[in-house]
Amino acid sequence: MKIGVLALQGAFREHRQMLEQCGADVIEVRKPEDVEQIDGLIIPGGESTTIGKLLVEWGLAERVKARAQQGMPIFGTCAGLIVVAKEIIGYAAQPRLGLIDIGAQRNAYGRQVDSFEHEFTIPELGDMPFKAVFIRAPYIDSYEPSVQVLAEHEGKAIFARQKNILVASFHPELTGDDRIHRYFLKMVQDSAKKDGCKR
Amino acid sequence: MEQGTFRVKAGLAEMLKGGVIMDVTTPEQAKIAEEAGACAVMALERVPSDIRAAGGVARMADPTIIKRIMDVATIPVMAKARIGHFVEAQILEALGADYIDESEVLTPADDAYHIDKHAFKVPFVCGAKNLGEALRRIGEGAAMIRTKGEPGTGNVVEAVRHMRTVMSEIRRLQNLPKEELMTAAKDMAAPYDLVCEVARTGKLPVVNFAAGGIATPADAALMMQLGCDGIFVGSGIFKSKDPAARAKAIVAATTYYNDPKVLAEISKDLGEAMPGIEISTLQANARMQERGW
Repeated sequence: MKIGVLALQGAFREHRQMLEQCGADVIEVRKPEDVEQIDGLIIPGGESTTIGKLLVEWGLAERVKARAQQGMPIFGTCAGLIVVAKEIIGYAAQPRLGLIDIGAQRNAYGRQVDSFEHEFTIPELGDMPFKAVFIRAPYIDSYEPSVQVLAEHEGKAIFARQKNILVASFHPELTGDDRIHRYFLKMVQDSAKKDGCKR
Repeated sequence: MEQGTFRVKAGLAEMLKGGVIMDVTTPEQAKIAEEAGACAVMALERVPSDIRAAGGVARMADPTIIKRIMDVATIPVMAKARIGHFVEAQILEALGADYIDESEVLTPADDAYHIDKHAFKVPFVCGAKNLGEALRRIGEGAAMIRTKGEPGTGNVVEAVRHMRTVMSEIRRLQNLPKEELMTAAKDMAAPYDLVCEVARTGKLPVVNFAAGGIATPADAALMMQLGCDGIFVGSGIFKSKDPAARAKAIVAATTYYNDPKVLAEISKDLGEAMPGIEISTLQANARMQERGW
């Protein structure tokens, strides 16, 4: 089982370290051919405009979309959430993958001086609160009923899942708490098992 | 809910990694930069090469210029304050700038002290020529470091020197026994706890970008291969013949810095780079890198 971390721009190194701590086999994804080698993909935080443009220009977007449609799990954090969203509110032309039925609001909490840390209880992760870091973060403004909301902040969804796509407004790679990465690895394992049955 | 924590400040720099931060002076340039894939812009009244040419005292930009750029850019907007000028920094924070560069490109306002950066909610980036200087700035609260290089010259040699110096000093610390670290801290005039941290981890406690003289995609890739986390381009883009094409090529070079075939492809047909300046022709007092303490 191989996990890819999209390494076009942003905090890909932190995700890599986190996954390796969890015992995963990790590669950095920069070229279309890298996408064929992986069983799951993390799209990290960074600038969503930069990552989206590079994804399209360097021919990765089509490959990632195709794999996602076949069921490959993808986890987008912060900018990654925006990149996988179906709609980016106010930026109709911004390049994206459109893999999850949510409307993402960019810079939803304001500018950098409004960035914050906050502790949440996330039922899927157990009773211990999760410290989440929000940096010029987006939130999920709207979503289809089939999207499962895993956490909210001030009435807006910040952590959600729809089938094989997982998204978080915040940065689980910056806090040392690996529960969300383990949750994603479990998604990848389950999907690999399902594939095995089909064969 | 906690705001302005060091984790949040240093965290934004983590998100900028592998990206290019471009100097812009107008909203139109900011749009070109964003369109090319910049991960942030630096809002300025004049780019460094024009500051160098104009001489006199260079100060924080007019807030109107910064505000106009903030209005059009969806990516983070940085702005420069003079070294030690904490009121310029207060003004930039009040404007809502996303990062403040306490910069040697502007004329220093204090000839002995830098800004107490812990006192602000907005994060700061500072220049450094060597590890001691980087750790002093981090000790004062900087959440991001960049090489000083020699701004406005289009000559990468000083940025290379500063990056190599920092990396080799880190490698040296890693090999010192514990009892030698206090003297090492004394010799490089750096906080002891940060010296110990670097000796243990083998890296700076915050993100380290390259700046000061980067003019081509190859320059950007060179700095990335030398170990920096991302790139600032000052005059290099909007003083070149075809800013949009060059900006896009430098963004790609910062992602594909380890792939010479890609670099060869993206370096083609970019038109003329900015005119360069040989460092040895600069008078000692014209070297911006000597500013800062």
